[in-house]
Amino acid sequence: MSGIMNYNGSAIVAMAGEKCVAIAADTRYGIRELQTVSCQRQKIFQLTNKTFVGLAGLATDVQTMASKLEFSLKLFELREERVMQPKTIGNMISHTLYQSRFGPWLTEPVVAGLDSAGDPFMCAFDFIGAMSQAKDFVVSGTSSEQLFGVCESFWRPNMDKDELFETISQCLLSAVDRDCLAGWGGVVHVITEDQIITKRLKGRMD
Amino acid sequence: MRWALCRGSTGPAQSLAVGPLFAECTPPARHRAMVEMPTLTQTQGSLGREVPARVRRVRAGLGAMGESEYSFSLTTFAPSGKLLQIEYALNCVAEGRPALGIKAKNGVVLATEKKMASVLIEDTSVQKVENLSDSVGLVYAGLPPDFRPLLKKGRKEAQMYFTQYREQIPTSQIVRKMAAIMQESTQQGGVRPFGVSLLMAGYDENGPQLFQVDPSGSYFGWKASAIGKNHVNAKSFLEKRFTEDIELEDAIHTAILTLKEGFEEAITAENIEIGVVGEDRKFRVLTPAEVQDYLGEVE
Repeated sequence: MSGIMNYNGSAIVAMAGEKCVAIAADTRYGIRELQTVSCQRQKIFQLTNKTFVGLAGLATDVQTMASKLEFSLKLFELREERVMQPKTIGNMISHTLYQSRFGPWLTEPVVAGLDSAGDPFMCAFDFIGAMSQAKDFVVSGTSSEQLFGVCESFWRPNMDKDELFETISQCLLSAVDRDCLAGWGGVVHVITEDQIITKRLKGRMD
Repeated sequence: MRWALCRGSTGPAQSLAVGPLFAECTPPARHRAMVEMPTLTQTQGSLGREVPARVRRVRAGLGAMGESEYSFSLTTFAPSGKLLQIEYALNCVAEGRPALGIKAKNGVVLATEKKMASVLIEDTSVQKVENLSDSVGLVYAGLPPDFRPLLKKGRKEAQMYFTQYREQIPTSQIVRKMAAIMQESTQQGGVRPFGVSLLMAGYDENGPQLFQVDPSGSYFGWKASAIGKNHVNAKSFLEKRFTEDIELEDAIHTAILTLKEGFEEAITAENIEIGVVGEDRKFRVLTPAEVQDYLGEVE
């Protein structure tokens, strides 16, 4: 468990449902496995009314990246007088990360949102911006392998917003139980066409 | 600084700046005499720096001067509030070959006259209607060489937008970029304004759009517009012919008829150029064969 990407720890997952999409993250902020500093860490950020980004990786760069993205999005909306679509946000993030190819931001973002047709869009990146899109779920962070396992088992097509919330919550909680760098509570956002449902999860605190 | 250099310097620098297009800029004789006979006390301030001629004149109590005193500097307002170099650039555009654009219900057409200075010039080697991106095209009136760097910069901007967002640049955004490029050369040192006006046509989320960009960097959206020689007549012709619900095909016919109004010789498929963008959002320059077909339809 060495390396800068495992310094703070994080678990981020996004999942698609029927005309809805959910994104969830743990809330631990710690330094390696020995110190847990906070249990209220924000790792998911709202970019537009229909799009969220989850940022896994080094906490300092997560904060900077969140500010950079907010800045870019606001500038775009002022300039073009329209809201950026999730796919375009994904492309822009990919471009932003690759621009720092040789001095990278140590974050691996996950984008989840609904496009103009109300269909889910999800994608994830490595820290230099290689985008991978998925129709079912995407994961990122130190718990990504555990998340892959549980999501593979529990994800079903065409879930409604309540089923989606239940599935993504159980997946997150189960995954972080097998990762000592993530957990200590979680947060889930379910994005539907007419509302955003945000719920906090209680997790194991040991 | 440029201004001061121009003033204090010798004859050749001045005569270089005075091209045939900017004949009005020649400084008056009384002023030239002052420059040629500088004395230390007259031309140098307390810091030993060159004092511009206009300051010297004001200090000497010579009062207001003619506007030509301001006509070399891009960045100095004339007392009337005008920036003369920009006005001259507009004069240059008004002398250029005519170009026009019409926004139809389902697309936009751009058309221009492409008359050659000599019959010996290969007309296939000259192209005036060009693509900026897949969905946006433009045509110009004015100096052909000034158009080329603009085209190059515009294409680069469109491509940079695409690499960043993987999305075609909206017409309004590329228009804004082009206008910014043209505005830069009204404030920067060592440059002159672009001697061209642009008509830009595109089709995107917001439907068909037609914009005009002037050398000053100002831009407007139009239903139909004309630039270059005879643009006043062409515009009044368009005002009579234009309707809100015009179809693209009819707009092409109207464009040809408008060009024909100001044409001195016979109109052919070789001496005009037409570009169209329709609902497929692909801007395309028509081939001479296609232009020939449209010419046949209007006759």
